[in-house]
Order: sequence, then C-alpha cells, then structure tokens
Amino acid sequence: MAGAMMRPCGDFRTSYRADTTIFADAFSRNSVIAGVGLLILSPWVLDAYWMNLFIQIGYLGIAALGLNILVGFTGQISIGHAVFFGFGAFASPFINEQTGIPVLLCIPLAGLMTAAVGLLFGVPAARIKGLYLAIATLAAQFILEDFFARASWFTGGVAGAMTNPISIAGYDLYEDWQFFYIVLGFVVIMYLAAANMMRTRDGRAFIAVRDHYLSAEIMGVNLTKYRVMSFGVSSFYAGVGGALYAHYLGFVSIEAFNILFSIQFLGMIIIGGLGSVMGSLMGTAFMVFLPEAMDALARMVEGGWLDRALNLQSSINNLREMAIGAAIILFLIFEPDGLAHRWRQIKAYWKLYPFSY
Amino acid sequence: MGFFEALLNDQFLHQLLVNGVIVGTLYGVVAMSFVLIYKASQVVNFAQGEFLLIGAWVCWWILTDLQVPFFFGFLITLVFMFILGVAIQVVVLRPLIGEPIISVIMVTIGLSIFFQALLNWMFGVFAQPFPTIFENPSVEVFGLHVQTVYVMSMIVSVAIMGAFAYFFKVSKMGLAMRATAFDQQAAQSLGISVRQVFATAWAISAMVSAVAGVVVGVVNGVSSALSFFGIKVFPAVILGGLDSIIGAVLGGLIIGLLENLAAYADVSLQWGNMQRIAPFYALIIILMIKPYGLFGTRDIERV
Repeated sequence: MAGAMMRPCGDFRTSYRADTTIFADAFSRNSVIAGVGLLILSPWVLDAYWMNLFIQIGYLGIAALGLNILVGFTGQISIGHAVFFGFGAFASPFINEQTGIPVLLCIPLAGLMTAAVGLLFGVPAARIKGLYLAIATLAAQFILEDFFARASWFTGGVAGAMTNPISIAGYDLYEDWQFFYIVLGFVVIMYLAAANMMRTRDGRAFIAVRDHYLSAEIMGVNLTKYRVMSFGVSSFYAGVGGALYAHYLGFVSIEAFNILFSIQFLGMIIIGGLGSVMGSLMGTAFMVFLPEAMDALARMVEGGWLDRALNLQSSINNLREMAIGAAIILFLIFEPDGLAHRWRQIKAYWKLYPFSY
Repeated sequence: MGFFEALLNDQFLHQLLVNGVIVGTLYGVVAMSFVLIYKASQVVNFAQGEFLLIGAWVCWWILTDLQVPFFFGFLITLVFMFILGVAIQVVVLRPLIGEPIISVIMVTIGLSIFFQALLNWMFGVFAQPFPTIFENPSVEVFGLHVQTVYVMSMIVSVAIMGAFAYFFKVSKMGLAMRATAFDQQAAQSLGISVRQVFATAWAISAMVSAVAGVVVGVVNGVSSALSFFGIKVFPAVILGGLDSIIGAVLGGLIIGLLENLAAYADVSLQWGNMQRIAPFYALIIILMIKPYGLFGTRDIERV
C-alpha cells in the first residue's frame, strides 16, 4: 500500500493517477477485500479466545500505525507512544462520564483530545530532531505517567477508571464478537485513511521530511508544521486505539502504560516494517501472537524435562519479555525492513514461479 | 526565623545535599561511560543501566554463591564485563554500522529489555543485600553521618574519573579513541583499527558501569531498580552535552543534586513524587533552551 518503494519489473505506470492509487495493484486490493470479508465471517468459526486476540491486534494495530506515521513516514523517533495510548484510554471514559456523549462518539473525541496533547509534546520537534527528539519523548513518557498518577479527577488515581461498554440504540455490546465488529470497522477506516493520507500533499510532505529535510524545505515544505503535525496525527491514532482498549477491558489502570509498553509499540513497527501501512498490522499481529505461541509451547512441554529445567510456570513472563527483546534485535540484524518486505518478496517469488531466475 | 535561615540550619537538607553529591558522582560515572560509547561509536546506549545491573548481579553471585573474597570477586566481575562488552559490540552492534539511527537506538533498547528479563529470571525480582565489606557501617564527615560505602563510592568515582583523564591524555589507545571520535576516516587512514577502538570503548564502558553497579549494590542491595540509572543518565548527558566527558560528570552532579532538592520539596512542600520526575522536566527545559548542553559540540550542517 501507499507509495510502494519496490515494484516487480514489468510493472509500469503511465499516469500520475495510476501511480497514486491506494493499493499498489489489483491483486493487493482484492486480497485486502477478501481478508476483510473473511474476518467478517470469522466469528461464526472462531471462539472467544481468537476474538480476543483479534480485538487486541485491532486496537494495538491502530496505535502502532500512528507510531509508524511518526517514525516510519516522518522519521521522528518516539519512545513514549504508550502514554498517548493511555491518554486516549482515560480521555474516552472521562468525556463519557462528564458529558454523557455516547461511547461510540467518545472514541474519536478522545482521539482528538490526545492529538492536542500530542501536538503539545510535539512542539520540541520544531527545534530538535533525531536523537535529541527521541530523548525528549522519553521525558514525555515519564512526565505523562506522573500526570496519570497525580490527576485523579481524570484517571481515577490508583483506583483506576471504570468504563462503560459501547452501546448502540440502547443495546450494550458485552460479547467479544460484537466488539470485534466495532474494532474491525475502526481498523478499516483508520488504515484506509492513513493509506489515503500518504498520497496527499501532507503525506508526501511527511516522507520528504524523513528522506531529506533540507531538500524538502527548499521545495517549500514547512518543516516545523509537518514535524509537529505528524506528532498530532500519530497521537490521534494512539488515542483512538487507547479508547477502544479502555471500552473493551472495562477498566483502565494507571500503571499499564509504562516504558515497556512503549517499547513494544516500537517493536511492532520495526518487526512489521518502518514506513509500511500494512506492515504495522503484521508487526502487531506478530507481537500479539508471539507470547501466545510461547504459552502454547510451554503447555506442550509441561511436566517434561525442559519444564523442570527452566521452571516454566514461574518464569514464562520473563521468557516472554526476553523473546520480545530478542525478536527486535534479530529483526534489526537479519530483516531490517520487516515483515512487509518479506511479504513483498514472497509475492514476487510466486509471480515469477516457476521461472524465478 | 526567615525561610532562608531555616534552609541553612536544616540538618535534613544538609543530609540530602551530601546524598546529592554522592549519587551525583555516581551518575557522573555512568554518564561518562555512556558518553564514551557515544563519542567513540556514535551509538546511544539505552542498555547502560543493564550494564550496572549485570555487573552488580555477577559480583553478588560470585561473592555469595562461590564465597570468593571481595577483591578477587570484583576483579573477576571486571574481566567478565570486559568480555561481555566486546561480545555485544561484535555480535550485535557491528552488523548495524551504517544503518539509520533508529535501528541503532532500537537494538540497544532490545538489548536492555532482553537483559533485564534474563536477570529477573536468573536472580528473581527481590533485592538482595551484598555481604558486609566494611567493619564500621558509618563514619563522620564534617559533622554528618555518612555511610562508609558512600565514602568508598566517592573515592572510587573520583579514581575512575582520574583514570579516564589519564587514559585519554596519555595512553596510546586513548589517543586513538579521541582520534576516531574526531574523524573516523582520518583515524583509519593513519592506521588506527576502528573496529578495535569500538570494541574497546564498549568494554571499558561496560566495566566502568559495572563498578558503579557494584557500588550502588553494596549501598542499596542489588535489584532491577538499578537499571533505572541507565534512564537517569539521559538528563545528565543532555545537560552536559552528549559528547563531552567533563560535561557528563558535571551533568551527573547537577542532576544528583536536583533530584535530592526535589526530594526536599516532596517532603517539606508536599509536592508528591517530584524526586523521580524532576530530572525529566529539567531535560525538556534544557532541550528547548540549549539542546547541545553545556559543553557539547554544536552540529553545524552544511548542504
């Protein structure tokens, strides 16, 4: 999607219109439509366990896409994405409690509120960049975490915030499969919006700022505006993801949004592929399935010699964190362009099969 | 009695200031080893705190489980950290030379969570005390009770700083490192092995951090809280300038003092948890006013 950097040979574009379509070719468009279709049918086949995982991929994927817009498309590193996710998670129930606006509307409103906070913390980006900016976002992580602990009128303090479920026409959605459709709707809208944004002037300006900011400035791109704006857009996505998370779980704790969570978001986009819209979703799926796969493995060897040697029951949490760290390191060394790149290569292989030389 | 007189006579404040200087010098030492890596190999090491943690746990394990006397246990720890530093540089960082800055930052973050989880798994999450090293738990300095280990930590820190100064001014490897930091290509063309310089920088940095880790471990016990030093180092190095060793020491001192003044504000003005968060407010303010710190070199970009 969106400005494919590599195209298989023989694939020529003869007009700007053809070059700026949302989907690179008919195949990828059809496979996305088919994928969404399959997901719509999936609640009939899969049980609540899978629904839960899909919902997690949905709301985390929206936030990860936001981070990818900031890091992958605009080239500004943020080590504090989880607090913006958290801000959205507190903002939505807060708006809902204070004004009585229906939850479904509170979610985008929470996104807007988070975007405002993101713009505020993006102001340093007008002056500093690269490494220094990364360190400034690290400070944002700790300052906002401290704010969550202090502002009990907003977050409920140590007790946390209770949230209402989404209700449509007076009917509360408690079941996982019902919530799944809501999340799916948000994912489709947000991903299409991002892919679409990347072919507008603003989206191309982001990429220009990333690739060569001096040339971009000479070409008439307002650097300050786009650097700060990308913080705003990124926080909007984080806020919407966070709000969905809040209304899905029904309870938000102030301790959930620590630096490890921020690092997991960074891990998702690294593993998925920096600067790839669909890659964000692939990376998120990887990060959600990795601990599940490890749990399944641990259950498989339960009681065996490996279980006794590693003491799996008590150490599985540490092993999961180690796996996340190791996955980030290994991807950076062996597959720095992420899963999206691997996916393109697989497609290219089958396109030429069996004469792939 | 006026407010300032109260401040001057406040025993608690004096104690906090002494603490600030002591903790600040330790921050300075860690910041110095952080700057060493950054200067030599342009890598921002988010796993610096884990070096402290690894050093402290390894030393603790050698002292308690193997019952080795402190001095030898300490030496073994240093040798281990030397090997670990070189190994990390060669295995993890070397393949990423020339990659964009985000890859390098992320790989050190990956290292950091990997090691933290590994150490939690191996040694548990509870703080473990070091075996006693000194006979007298505290000595009197200028009328204030100071723990002996704190005095030791001051002496060790100042000794490390002296050794750094000597190393960079006089020794051949130190000069090679400064040359590499100044201009990699020119250094290489003069016959300096840049790979060796990178590896040495990581090894020294890991060793020095481990010393700091052991000192903090002796004072507070070893626990995963130690790795927070690696985060606290950022305000210190940004204040001092990312590529200045003197700046790192000064920055560490100032941040240590600031933290303890914030602790005073926490107690006397009921400000809550400012001790933890004040350095980060300072960090944002410095970045807005003077992004290259007190002694850092300004990046001048030419097109």
